[in-house]
Amino acid sequence: MKRLSWFNAVSLTLGFAFLYIPMVILVIFSFNESKLVTVWAGFSTKWYGELFQNEAFLNAAWVTIKVAVFSSTMATVLGTIAAYVMVRGGRFMGRTLFSGMIYAPLVMPEVITGLSLLLLFIGIGLDRGVLTIVLAHTTFSMCYVSVVVSSRLVTFDRSLEEAALDLGCSPAEAFRLVTLPIIAPAVISGWLLAFTLSLDDLVIASFTSGPSATTLPIKIFSAVRLGVSPEINALSTIMIAIVTVGVITASLVTKHQMVRQKREEQAAERA
Amino acid sequence: MRRFVLIAIPYVWLLALFLVPFAIVFKISLSDYAVSIPPYVPKFDPENGLRALIAALDFENFIWLTEDDLYWKAYLSSLKIALISTFFTLLAGYPIAYAMARAPAEWRPTLMMLVILPFWTSFLIRVYAWMGILSNEGFLNQFLMWTGVISEPLTILNTNSAVYIGIVYTYLPFMILPVYSALERLDGSLIEAAEDLGCSRLSAFWLVTIPLSKTGIIAGCFLVFIPVLGEFVIPSLLGGSDTLMIGKVLWEEFFSNRDWPVASAVAVVLLLLLVIPIVLFQRNQQKQQEAGQ
Repeated sequence: MKRLSWFNAVSLTLGFAFLYIPMVILVIFSFNESKLVTVWAGFSTKWYGELFQNEAFLNAAWVTIKVAVFSSTMATVLGTIAAYVMVRGGRFMGRTLFSGMIYAPLVMPEVITGLSLLLLFIGIGLDRGVLTIVLAHTTFSMCYVSVVVSSRLVTFDRSLEEAALDLGCSPAEAFRLVTLPIIAPAVISGWLLAFTLSLDDLVIASFTSGPSATTLPIKIFSAVRLGVSPEINALSTIMIAIVTVGVITASLVTKHQMVRQKREEQAAERA
Repeated sequence: MRRFVLIAIPYVWLLALFLVPFAIVFKISLSDYAVSIPPYVPKFDPENGLRALIAALDFENFIWLTEDDLYWKAYLSSLKIALISTFFTLLAGYPIAYAMARAPAEWRPTLMMLVILPFWTSFLIRVYAWMGILSNEGFLNQFLMWTGVISEPLTILNTNSAVYIGIVYTYLPFMILPVYSALERLDGSLIEAAEDLGCSRLSAFWLVTIPLSKTGIIAGCFLVFIPVLGEFVIPSLLGGSDTLMIGKVLWEEFFSNRDWPVASAVAVVLLLLLVIPIVLFQRNQQKQQEAGQ
Protein backbone atom coordinates (compact mmCIF):
# COMPACT_ATOMS: atom_id res chain seq x y z
CA MET A 1 0.00 0.00 0.00
CA LYS A 2 1.45 3.33 -0.97
CA ARG A 3 1.67 6.04 1.65
CA LEU A 4 -0.22 9.29 1.66
CA SER A 5 1.29 12.08 -0.38
CA TRP A 6 1.98 15.27 1.55
CA PHE A 7 -0.93 17.01 -0.15
CA ASN A 8 -3.40 14.34 0.94
CA ALA A 9 -2.00 14.25 4.45
CA VAL A 10 -2.41 18.04 4.73
CA SER A 11 -5.98 17.90 3.38
CA LEU A 12 -6.96 15.22 5.85
CA THR A 13 -5.35 17.00 8.80
CA LEU A 14 -6.86 20.39 7.98
CA GLY A 15 -10.23 18.87 7.13
CA PHE A 16 -10.58 16.91 10.32
CA ALA A 17 -9.18 19.80 12.38
CA PHE A 18 -11.91 22.01 10.90
CA LEU A 19 -14.57 19.41 11.69
CA TYR A 20 -13.48 18.73 15.25
CA ILE A 21 -11.78 21.83 16.72
CA PRO A 22 -15.06 23.73 17.32
CA MET A 23 -16.48 20.81 19.26
CA VAL A 24 -13.25 20.32 21.20
CA ILE A 25 -13.24 24.00 22.21
CA LEU A 26 -16.86 23.67 23.33
CA VAL A 27 -16.00 20.67 25.49
CA ILE A 28 -12.94 22.34 27.04
CA PHE A 29 -14.80 25.51 27.93
CA SER A 30 -17.63 23.57 29.55
CA PHE A 31 -15.14 22.89 32.37
CA ASN A 32 -14.31 26.56 32.73
CA GLU A 33 -14.68 28.15 36.14
CA SER A 34 -15.52 31.60 34.74
CA LYS A 35 -18.94 32.68 33.53
CA LEU A 36 -17.23 34.33 30.59
CA VAL A 37 -17.10 31.61 28.04
CA THR A 38 -13.97 32.88 26.31
CA VAL A 39 -11.69 33.45 29.29
CA TRP A 40 -10.14 30.44 30.98
CA ALA A 41 -10.27 30.72 34.79
CA GLY A 42 -9.46 27.24 35.97
CA PHE A 43 -11.05 23.81 35.92
CA SER A 44 -14.52 23.38 37.36
CA THR A 45 -17.52 21.14 36.94
CA LYS A 46 -19.94 23.61 38.48
CA TRP A 47 -21.86 24.20 35.24
CA TYR A 48 -22.76 20.53 35.15
CA GLY A 49 -24.07 20.88 38.68
CA GLU A 50 -26.16 23.89 37.71
CA LEU A 51 -27.42 22.11 34.64
CA PHE A 52 -28.73 19.22 36.70
CA GLN A 53 -30.47 21.67 39.02
CA ASN A 54 -32.19 23.38 36.10
CA GLU A 55 -35.61 21.85 35.99
CA ALA A 56 -36.68 23.53 32.76
CA PHE A 57 -33.82 21.79 30.92
CA LEU A 58 -34.48 18.45 32.57
CA ASN A 59 -38.18 18.60 31.69
CA ALA A 60 -37.37 19.56 28.13
CA ALA A 61 -34.87 16.70 27.89
CA TRP A 62 -37.51 14.24 29.11
CA VAL A 63 -40.07 15.52 26.58
CA THR A 64 -37.46 15.27 23.82
CA ILE A 65 -36.61 11.67 24.66
CA LYS A 66 -40.27 10.68 24.90
CA VAL A 67 -41.03 12.29 21.55
CA ALA A 68 -37.97 10.68 19.94
CA VAL A 69 -38.78 7.18 21.18
CA PHE A 70 -42.44 7.29 20.14
CA SER A 71 -41.94 9.01 16.82
CA SER A 72 -38.96 6.93 15.71
CA THR A 73 -40.78 3.70 16.57
CA MET A 74 -43.88 4.76 14.66
CA ALA A 75 -41.75 6.07 11.81
CA THR A 76 -39.92 2.74 11.62
CA VAL A 77 -43.15 0.74 11.37
CA LEU A 78 -44.72 3.08 8.82
CA GLY A 79 -41.49 3.58 6.88
CA THR A 80 -40.83 -0.16 6.66
CA ILE A 81 -44.36 -0.79 5.39
CA ALA A 82 -43.97 2.06 2.91
CA ALA A 83 -40.65 0.64 1.67
CA TYR A 84 -42.16 -2.84 1.34
CA VAL A 85 -45.11 -1.47 -0.60
CA MET A 86 -42.80 0.51 -2.87
CA VAL A 87 -40.45 -2.38 -3.65
CA ARG A 88 -42.75 -5.42 -3.50
CA GLY A 89 -46.22 -3.95 -3.90
CA GLY A 90 -46.30 -3.97 -7.68
CA ARG A 91 -48.61 -1.55 -9.41
CA PHE A 92 -51.39 0.21 -7.61
CA MET A 93 -53.42 3.33 -8.10
CA GLY A 94 -51.53 6.50 -7.31
CA ARG A 95 -48.14 4.84 -7.05
CA THR A 96 -46.35 7.88 -8.50
CA LEU A 97 -48.04 10.16 -5.99
CA PHE A 98 -47.08 7.76 -3.21
CA SER A 99 -43.41 7.68 -4.15
CA GLY A 100 -43.45 11.44 -4.57
CA MET A 101 -44.80 11.85 -1.06
CA ILE A 102 -42.06 9.59 0.27
CA TYR A 103 -39.21 11.50 -1.34
CA ALA A 104 -40.57 15.04 -1.09
CA PRO A 105 -40.19 15.51 2.68
CA LEU A 106 -36.47 14.70 2.37
CA VAL A 107 -35.83 17.88 0.41
CA MET A 108 -38.56 20.06 1.88
CA PRO A 109 -37.24 23.01 3.91
CA GLU A 110 -38.18 22.47 7.54
CA VAL A 111 -39.88 25.86 7.81
CA ILE A 112 -42.41 24.81 5.17
CA THR A 113 -43.08 21.39 6.71
CA GLY A 114 -43.47 22.99 10.13
CA LEU A 115 -45.74 25.75 8.92
CA SER A 116 -48.00 23.40 6.98
CA LEU A 117 -48.36 20.93 9.86
CA LEU A 118 -49.16 23.72 12.29
CA LEU A 119 -51.88 25.05 10.01
CA LEU A 120 -53.29 21.52 9.75
CA PHE A 121 -53.35 21.03 13.52
CA ILE A 122 -55.06 24.38 14.00
CA GLY A 123 -57.46 23.57 11.18
CA ILE A 124 -58.63 20.34 12.79
CA GLY A 125 -58.53 21.84 16.27
CA LEU A 126 -55.84 19.60 17.72
CA ASP A 127 -54.17 21.13 20.78
CA ARG A 128 -50.44 21.50 20.32
CA GLY A 129 -48.31 19.42 22.66
CA VAL A 130 -46.38 16.16 22.77
CA LEU A 131 -48.87 14.43 20.47
CA THR A 132 -48.55 16.98 17.67
CA ILE A 133 -44.74 16.90 17.80
CA VAL A 134 -44.82 13.09 17.66
CA LEU A 135 -47.13 13.19 14.63
CA ALA A 136 -44.91 15.73 12.88
CA HIS A 137 -41.67 13.87 13.60
CA THR A 138 -43.17 10.54 12.57
CA THR A 139 -44.20 12.02 9.25
CA PHE A 140 -40.86 13.41 8.20
CA SER A 141 -38.69 10.64 9.62
CA MET A 142 -40.75 7.76 8.16
CA CYS A 143 -39.53 8.96 4.78
CA TYR A 144 -35.89 8.59 5.82
CA VAL A 145 -36.63 5.13 7.22
CA SER A 146 -38.33 4.02 4.04
CA VAL A 147 -35.40 5.20 1.90
CA VAL A 148 -32.93 3.26 4.08
CA VAL A 149 -35.08 0.12 4.22
CA SER A 150 -36.01 0.11 0.54
CA SER A 151 -32.34 0.28 -0.50
CA ARG A 152 -31.87 -2.96 1.43
CA LEU A 153 -35.05 -4.54 0.06
CA VAL A 154 -33.99 -3.83 -3.51
CA THR A 155 -30.72 -5.71 -3.19
CA PHE A 156 -31.98 -8.86 -1.54
CA ASP A 157 -33.04 -11.95 -3.38
CA ARG A 158 -36.79 -12.20 -3.79
CA SER A 159 -36.64 -15.94 -4.40
CA LEU A 160 -35.98 -16.48 -0.68
CA GLU A 161 -39.43 -15.08 0.06
CA GLU A 162 -40.96 -17.14 -2.73
CA ALA A 163 -39.33 -20.28 -1.39
CA ALA A 164 -40.87 -19.65 2.01
CA LEU A 165 -44.27 -19.19 0.39
CA ASP A 166 -43.84 -22.42 -1.62
CA LEU A 167 -42.95 -24.27 1.56
CA GLY A 168 -46.27 -23.32 3.09
CA CYS A 169 -45.66 -20.02 4.84
CA SER A 170 -48.40 -17.45 4.85
CA PRO A 171 -47.26 -14.06 3.47
CA ALA A 172 -47.17 -12.69 7.02
CA GLU A 173 -45.02 -15.62 8.18
CA ALA A 174 -42.72 -15.26 5.20
CA PHE A 175 -42.25 -11.61 6.07
CA ARG A 176 -41.63 -12.30 9.75
CA LEU A 177 -39.39 -15.34 9.32
CA VAL A 178 -37.47 -14.50 6.15
CA THR A 179 -37.74 -10.89 5.08
CA LEU A 180 -37.55 -9.15 8.43
CA PRO A 181 -34.38 -10.88 9.68
CA ILE A 182 -32.63 -10.04 6.41
CA ILE A 183 -33.60 -6.38 6.40
CA ALA A 184 -33.17 -6.03 10.18
CA PRO A 185 -29.88 -4.06 10.00
CA ALA A 186 -31.54 -1.50 7.73
CA VAL A 187 -34.60 -1.32 9.97
CA ILE A 188 -32.41 -0.74 13.01
CA SER A 189 -30.33 1.94 11.33
CA GLY A 190 -33.55 3.52 10.09
CA TRP A 191 -34.81 3.66 13.67
CA LEU A 192 -31.54 5.21 14.85
CA LEU A 193 -31.67 7.77 12.07
CA ALA A 194 -35.27 8.67 12.92
CA PHE A 195 -34.33 8.88 16.60
CA THR A 196 -31.46 11.32 16.02
CA LEU A 197 -33.48 13.38 13.55
CA SER A 198 -36.16 13.77 16.18
CA LEU A 199 -33.67 14.63 18.96
CA ASP A 200 -32.06 17.21 16.72
CA ASP A 201 -35.07 18.93 15.27
CA LEU A 202 -35.66 22.54 16.21
CA VAL A 203 -37.69 24.08 13.43
CA ILE A 204 -40.54 21.60 13.04
CA ALA A 205 -40.82 21.18 16.81
CA SER A 206 -41.06 24.95 17.25
CA PHE A 207 -44.02 25.10 14.92
CA THR A 208 -45.82 22.07 16.28
CA SER A 209 -45.18 22.34 20.02
CA GLY A 210 -47.42 24.21 22.39
CA PRO A 211 -46.78 25.87 25.73
CA SER A 212 -47.33 22.53 27.46
CA ALA A 213 -44.41 20.80 25.74
CA THR A 214 -41.01 22.27 25.00
CA THR A 215 -38.23 20.16 23.58
CA LEU A 216 -34.56 20.50 24.38
CA PRO A 217 -33.57 22.06 21.03
CA ILE A 218 -36.22 24.77 21.49
CA LYS A 219 -34.90 25.43 24.99
CA ILE A 220 -31.29 25.50 23.78
CA PHE A 221 -32.19 27.78 20.90
CA SER A 222 -33.90 30.36 23.09
CA ALA A 223 -30.99 30.28 25.56
CA VAL A 224 -28.37 30.51 22.83
CA ARG A 225 -30.03 33.44 21.10
CA LEU A 226 -29.04 35.56 24.08
CA GLY A 227 -25.39 34.62 23.64
CA VAL A 228 -22.98 31.90 24.67
CA SER A 229 -23.44 30.41 28.12
CA PRO A 230 -21.36 27.88 30.06
CA GLU A 231 -24.44 25.88 31.00
CA ILE A 232 -25.18 25.24 27.35
CA ASN A 233 -21.55 24.22 26.86
CA ALA A 234 -21.98 21.61 29.59
CA LEU A 235 -25.19 20.36 28.02
CA SER A 236 -23.55 20.20 24.59
CA THR A 237 -20.61 18.25 26.03
CA ILE A 238 -22.95 15.66 27.50
CA MET A 239 -24.74 15.30 24.17
CA ILE A 240 -21.48 15.03 22.23
CA ALA A 241 -20.23 12.40 24.69
CA ILE A 242 -23.39 10.29 24.33
CA VAL A 243 -23.22 10.41 20.54
CA THR A 244 -19.52 9.60 20.43
CA VAL A 245 -19.86 6.60 22.74
CA GLY A 246 -22.92 5.41 20.80
CA VAL A 247 -21.34 5.67 17.38
CA ILE A 248 -18.06 4.07 18.46
CA THR A 249 -19.89 1.18 20.15
CA ALA A 250 -22.03 0.65 17.06
CA SER A 251 -19.02 0.60 14.76
CA LEU A 252 -17.14 -1.82 17.05
CA VAL A 253 -20.16 -4.13 17.09
CA THR A 254 -20.47 -4.12 13.28
CA LYS A 255 -16.72 -4.69 12.95
CA HIS A 256 -16.92 -7.61 15.36
CA GLN A 257 -19.84 -9.07 13.43
CA MET A 258 -17.97 -8.73 10.15
CA VAL A 259 -14.92 -10.49 11.55
CA ARG A 260 -17.08 -13.30 12.89
CA GLN A 261 -18.93 -13.66 9.60
CA LYS A 262 -15.62 -13.85 7.73
CA ARG A 263 -14.34 -16.51 10.11
CA GLU A 264 -17.50 -18.55 9.70
CA GLU A 265 -17.25 -18.29 5.93
CA GLN A 266 -13.65 -19.46 6.03
CA ALA A 267 -14.61 -22.35 8.30
CA ALA A 268 -17.41 -23.30 5.91
CA GLU A 269 -15.01 -23.25 2.98
CA ARG A 270 -12.58 -25.51 4.78
CA ALA A 271 -15.34 -27.94 5.66
CA MET B 1 -57.51 -7.32 0.70
CA ARG B 2 -54.46 -7.60 2.95
CA ARG B 3 -52.36 -5.92 0.30
CA PHE B 4 -54.85 -3.09 0.13
CA VAL B 5 -54.63 -2.48 3.88
CA LEU B 6 -50.83 -2.60 3.74
CA ILE B 7 -50.70 0.03 1.02
CA ALA B 8 -53.38 2.14 2.67
CA ILE B 9 -51.63 2.59 6.03
CA PRO B 10 -48.59 4.66 4.95
CA TYR B 11 -50.52 6.14 2.02
CA VAL B 12 -53.30 7.61 4.14
CA TRP B 13 -50.77 8.81 6.72
CA LEU B 14 -48.79 10.74 4.13
CA LEU B 15 -51.92 12.10 2.48
CA ALA B 16 -53.26 13.36 5.79
CA LEU B 17 -50.03 14.73 7.23
CA PHE B 18 -48.10 15.75 4.15
CA LEU B 19 -50.36 16.55 1.21
CA VAL B 20 -53.39 17.97 3.02
CA PRO B 21 -51.23 20.43 5.03
CA PHE B 22 -49.82 21.75 1.75
CA ALA B 23 -53.30 22.26 0.39
CA ILE B 24 -54.06 24.23 3.53
CA VAL B 25 -50.94 26.38 3.14
CA PHE B 26 -51.92 27.05 -0.44
CA LYS B 27 -55.44 27.92 0.56
CA ILE B 28 -54.34 30.27 3.31
CA SER B 29 -51.88 31.99 1.00
CA LEU B 30 -54.94 33.01 -0.98
CA SER B 31 -56.86 34.33 2.00
CA ASP B 32 -57.18 37.69 3.65
CA TYR B 33 -55.35 38.82 6.71
CA ALA B 34 -57.50 39.35 9.79
CA VAL B 35 -56.49 40.28 13.28
CA SER B 36 -58.62 37.65 14.97
CA ILE B 37 -57.20 34.26 15.92
CA PRO B 38 -56.75 32.23 13.83
CA PRO B 39 -55.75 35.30 11.86
CA TYR B 40 -57.09 34.42 8.48
CA VAL B 41 -60.45 34.36 6.80
CA PRO B 42 -61.15 31.54 4.39
CA LYS B 43 -62.20 33.11 1.13
CA PHE B 44 -64.38 30.32 -0.07
CA ASP B 45 -66.92 27.83 1.01
CA PRO B 46 -66.70 24.31 -0.45
CA GLU B 47 -70.49 24.27 -0.77
CA ASN B 48 -70.50 26.98 -3.40
CA GLY B 49 -68.66 24.74 -5.80
CA LEU B 50 -65.53 25.04 -7.86
CA ARG B 51 -66.64 28.01 -9.91
CA ALA B 52 -67.17 30.17 -6.83
CA LEU B 53 -63.82 28.96 -5.57
CA ILE B 54 -61.97 30.15 -8.65
CA ALA B 55 -63.88 33.41 -8.69
CA ALA B 56 -62.96 34.05 -5.07
CA LEU B 57 -59.24 33.40 -5.43
CA ASP B 58 -57.29 36.28 -4.12
CA PHE B 59 -53.71 36.78 -5.17
CA GLU B 60 -53.31 39.79 -2.93
CA ASN B 61 -50.61 38.17 -0.80
CA PHE B 62 -48.55 37.20 -3.83
CA ILE B 63 -48.87 40.71 -5.24
CA TRP B 64 -47.78 41.98 -1.84
CA LEU B 65 -44.64 39.83 -2.13
CA THR B 66 -43.69 41.59 -5.36
CA GLU B 67 -44.44 45.05 -4.03
CA ASP B 68 -42.41 44.97 -0.85
CA ASP B 69 -38.80 44.60 -1.93
CA LEU B 70 -37.91 42.81 1.32
CA TYR B 71 -39.21 39.56 -0.11
CA TRP B 72 -37.58 39.39 -3.48
CA LYS B 73 -34.38 40.65 -1.92
CA ALA B 74 -34.60 37.80 0.58
CA TYR B 75 -35.16 35.25 -2.18
CA LEU B 76 -32.24 36.59 -4.19
CA SER B 77 -29.97 36.76 -1.18
CA SER B 78 -30.92 33.18 -0.16
CA LEU B 79 -30.04 32.03 -3.67
CA LYS B 80 -26.75 33.92 -3.55
CA ILE B 81 -25.80 32.60 -0.11
CA ALA B 82 -26.76 29.06 -1.12
CA LEU B 83 -24.72 29.25 -4.35
CA ILE B 84 -21.61 30.76 -2.77
CA SER B 85 -21.62 28.45 0.22
CA THR B 86 -22.16 25.39 -1.98
CA PHE B 87 -19.09 26.44 -3.94
CA PHE B 88 -17.00 26.84 -0.79
CA THR B 89 -18.27 23.54 0.61
CA LEU B 90 -17.11 21.85 -2.60
CA LEU B 91 -13.77 23.64 -2.38
CA ALA B 92 -13.26 22.43 1.20
CA GLY B 93 -14.84 19.01 0.78
CA TYR B 94 -13.21 17.82 -2.44
CA PRO B 95 -9.62 17.61 -1.15
CA ILE B 96 -10.80 15.79 1.97
CA ALA B 97 -12.83 13.29 -0.05
CA TYR B 98 -9.90 12.88 -2.46
CA ALA B 99 -7.44 12.22 0.34
CA MET B 100 -9.85 9.76 1.94
CA ALA B 101 -10.19 7.84 -1.32
CA ARG B 102 -6.39 7.74 -1.61
CA ALA B 103 -5.82 6.66 1.97
CA PRO B 104 -4.84 3.04 2.72
CA ALA B 105 -7.90 0.79 2.53
CA GLU B 106 -7.74 -0.17 6.19
CA TRP B 107 -8.03 3.48 7.26
CA ARG B 108 -11.08 4.20 5.18
CA PRO B 109 -13.82 2.87 7.51
CA THR B 110 -12.36 4.94 10.36
CA LEU B 111 -12.12 8.06 8.19
CA MET B 112 -15.70 7.51 7.07
CA MET B 113 -16.82 7.26 10.67
CA LEU B 114 -14.97 10.47 11.52
CA VAL B 115 -16.85 12.27 8.74
CA ILE B 116 -20.22 10.85 9.79
CA LEU B 117 -19.78 11.45 13.53
CA PRO B 118 -20.44 15.23 13.38
CA PHE B 119 -23.59 14.47 11.39
CA TRP B 120 -24.96 12.54 14.36
CA THR B 121 -24.11 15.39 16.70
CA SER B 122 -26.78 18.01 17.13
CA PHE B 123 -26.90 20.51 14.30
CA LEU B 124 -27.83 23.27 16.73
CA ILE B 125 -24.82 22.58 18.92
CA ARG B 126 -22.45 22.59 15.97
CA VAL B 127 -23.74 26.01 14.93
CA TYR B 128 -23.61 27.20 18.52
CA ALA B 129 -19.95 26.14 18.81
CA TRP B 130 -19.08 28.77 16.21
CA MET B 131 -20.71 31.56 18.19
CA GLY B 132 -17.99 31.25 20.83
CA ILE B 133 -15.26 31.05 18.21
CA LEU B 134 -16.28 33.94 15.98
CA SER B 135 -17.33 36.55 18.55
CA ASN B 136 -15.19 39.64 19.14
CA GLU B 137 -13.52 38.17 22.22
CA GLY B 138 -13.78 34.73 20.69
CA PHE B 139 -11.22 32.06 20.18
CA LEU B 140 -10.40 33.01 16.59
CA ASN B 141 -9.77 36.67 17.36
CA GLN B 142 -7.70 35.78 20.43
CA PHE B 143 -5.62 33.41 18.33
CA LEU B 144 -5.08 35.90 15.51
CA MET B 145 -4.10 38.68 17.93
CA TRP B 146 -1.79 36.34 19.81
CA THR B 147 0.00 35.38 16.61
CA GLY B 148 0.16 39.07 15.67
CA VAL B 149 -1.76 38.76 12.38
CA ILE B 150 -4.18 41.45 13.49
CA SER B 151 -4.07 44.07 16.22
CA GLU B 152 -7.78 44.84 16.42
CA PRO B 153 -10.43 42.12 16.79
CA LEU B 154 -12.30 41.40 13.57
CA THR B 155 -16.07 41.54 13.59
CA ILE B 156 -17.11 38.18 12.14
CA LEU B 157 -20.07 37.06 14.21
CA ASN B 158 -23.37 38.53 13.03
CA THR B 159 -22.14 39.07 9.48
CA ASN B 160 -22.63 37.11 6.29
CA SER B 161 -19.10 35.69 6.60
CA ALA B 162 -20.14 33.92 9.79
CA VAL B 163 -23.14 32.49 7.93
CA TYR B 164 -20.85 31.14 5.20
CA ILE B 165 -18.51 29.59 7.76
CA GLY B 166 -21.44 28.02 9.59
CA ILE B 167 -22.95 26.58 6.41
CA VAL B 168 -19.68 25.17 5.10
CA TYR B 169 -19.02 23.62 8.50
CA THR B 170 -22.39 21.98 9.06
CA TYR B 171 -22.96 20.81 5.50
CA LEU B 172 -19.41 19.56 4.81
CA PRO B 173 -20.24 15.86 5.43
CA PHE B 174 -23.04 16.07 2.83
CA MET B 175 -20.43 17.09 0.27
CA ILE B 176 -17.63 14.75 1.33
CA LEU B 177 -19.65 11.52 1.30
CA PRO B 178 -20.99 11.52 -2.30
CA VAL B 179 -17.70 12.85 -3.71
CA TYR B 180 -15.78 10.21 -1.76
CA SER B 181 -17.97 7.40 -3.00
CA ALA B 182 -17.46 8.57 -6.60
CA LEU B 183 -13.70 8.88 -6.15
CA GLU B 184 -13.37 5.55 -4.40
CA ARG B 185 -14.84 3.73 -7.39
CA LEU B 186 -12.43 5.47 -9.72
CA ASP B 187 -9.98 3.16 -11.40
CA GLY B 188 -6.43 4.26 -10.54
CA SER B 189 -5.00 2.77 -13.71
CA LEU B 190 -6.79 5.44 -15.75
CA ILE B 191 -4.70 8.13 -14.09
CA GLU B 192 -1.54 6.09 -14.58
CA ALA B 193 -2.46 5.72 -18.24
CA ALA B 194 -2.94 9.47 -18.55
CA GLU B 195 0.42 10.06 -16.94
CA ASP B 196 2.07 7.49 -19.19
CA LEU B 197 0.60 9.28 -22.17
CA GLY B 198 2.33 12.47 -21.15
CA CYS B 199 -0.10 14.22 -18.84
CA SER B 200 1.36 16.04 -15.88
CA ARG B 201 -0.15 15.07 -12.55
CA LEU B 202 -2.20 18.26 -12.50
CA SER B 203 -3.57 17.88 -15.99
CA ALA B 204 -4.35 14.21 -15.31
CA PHE B 205 -6.32 15.40 -12.33
CA TRP B 206 -8.23 17.97 -14.43
CA LEU B 207 -8.77 15.74 -17.44
CA VAL B 208 -9.44 12.40 -15.77
CA THR B 209 -10.21 12.57 -12.05
CA ILE B 210 -12.55 15.56 -12.04
CA PRO B 211 -14.73 14.40 -14.98
CA LEU B 212 -14.99 10.89 -13.53
CA SER B 213 -16.11 12.22 -10.16
CA LYS B 214 -18.67 14.52 -11.75
CA THR B 215 -21.70 12.55 -10.52
CA GLY B 216 -20.48 12.78 -6.92
CA ILE B 217 -19.79 16.50 -7.27
CA ILE B 218 -23.28 17.14 -8.65
CA ALA B 219 -24.97 15.04 -5.97
CA GLY B 220 -22.97 16.77 -3.21
CA CYS B 221 -23.77 20.24 -4.55
CA PHE B 222 -27.50 19.52 -4.59
CA LEU B 223 -27.41 17.97 -1.13
CA VAL B 224 -25.92 21.22 0.15
CA PHE B 225 -27.74 23.74 -2.05
CA ILE B 226 -31.33 22.55 -1.52
CA PRO B 227 -31.45 22.56 2.28
CA VAL B 228 -29.38 25.76 2.56
CA LEU B 229 -31.96 27.64 0.49
CA GLY B 230 -34.54 27.30 3.26
CA GLU B 231 -32.05 27.50 6.14
CA PHE B 232 -33.25 29.12 9.35
CA VAL B 233 -30.97 28.19 12.26
CA ILE B 234 -27.62 29.32 10.83
CA PRO B 235 -28.66 32.84 9.72
CA SER B 236 -30.52 33.49 12.95
CA LEU B 237 -27.62 32.46 15.20
CA LEU B 238 -24.58 33.52 13.20
CA GLY B 239 -26.00 36.14 10.85
CA GLY B 240 -26.62 39.79 11.55
CA SER B 241 -29.51 42.13 10.91
CA ASP B 242 -28.38 42.52 7.30
CA THR B 243 -28.36 38.76 6.66
CA LEU B 244 -31.45 38.14 4.64
CA MET B 245 -32.58 34.56 4.12
CA ILE B 246 -36.04 33.49 3.15
CA GLY B 247 -36.37 30.82 5.83
CA LYS B 248 -35.78 33.47 8.49
CA VAL B 249 -38.22 35.87 6.81
CA LEU B 250 -40.91 33.18 6.77
CA TRP B 251 -40.29 32.40 10.45
CA GLU B 252 -40.53 36.05 11.47
CA GLU B 253 -43.56 36.70 9.29
CA PHE B 254 -45.25 33.85 11.06
CA PHE B 255 -44.12 34.15 14.67
CA SER B 256 -43.48 37.90 15.03
CA ASN B 257 -45.87 39.56 12.59
CA ARG B 258 -48.42 36.75 12.85
CA ASP B 259 -49.33 37.37 9.24
CA TRP B 260 -50.23 33.82 8.28
CA PRO B 261 -51.44 34.48 4.75
CA VAL B 262 -48.20 36.24 3.79
CA ALA B 263 -46.11 33.56 5.53
CA SER B 264 -47.99 30.95 3.51
CA ALA B 265 -47.44 32.89 0.28
CA VAL B 266 -43.71 33.09 1.10
CA ALA B 267 -43.72 29.31 1.59
CA VAL B 268 -45.50 28.67 -1.72
CA VAL B 269 -42.99 30.79 -3.66
CA LEU B 270 -40.05 29.14 -1.88
CA LEU B 271 -41.50 25.78 -2.85
CA LEU B 272 -41.73 26.84 -6.50
CA LEU B 273 -38.13 28.02 -6.30
CA LEU B 274 -37.10 24.59 -5.00
CA VAL B 275 -38.90 22.62 -7.67
CA ILE B 276 -36.24 23.45 -10.29
CA PRO B 277 -33.18 22.17 -8.36
CA ILE B 278 -35.14 19.15 -7.12
CA VAL B 279 -36.17 18.14 -10.64
CA LEU B 280 -32.58 18.61 -11.82
CA PHE B 281 -31.34 16.52 -8.90
CA GLN B 282 -33.76 13.70 -9.64
CA ARG B 283 -32.75 13.68 -13.28
CA ASN B 284 -29.10 13.46 -12.24
CA GLN B 285 -29.87 10.59 -9.86
CA GLN B 286 -31.66 8.75 -12.64
CA LYS B 287 -28.74 9.22 -14.99
CA GLN B 288 -26.39 7.97 -12.31
CA GLN B 289 -28.50 4.86 -11.79
CA GLU B 290 -28.60 4.17 -15.50
CA ALA B 291 -24.83 4.63 -15.71
CA GLY B 292 -24.38 2.26 -12.78
CA GLN B 293 -26.32 -0.53 -14.43
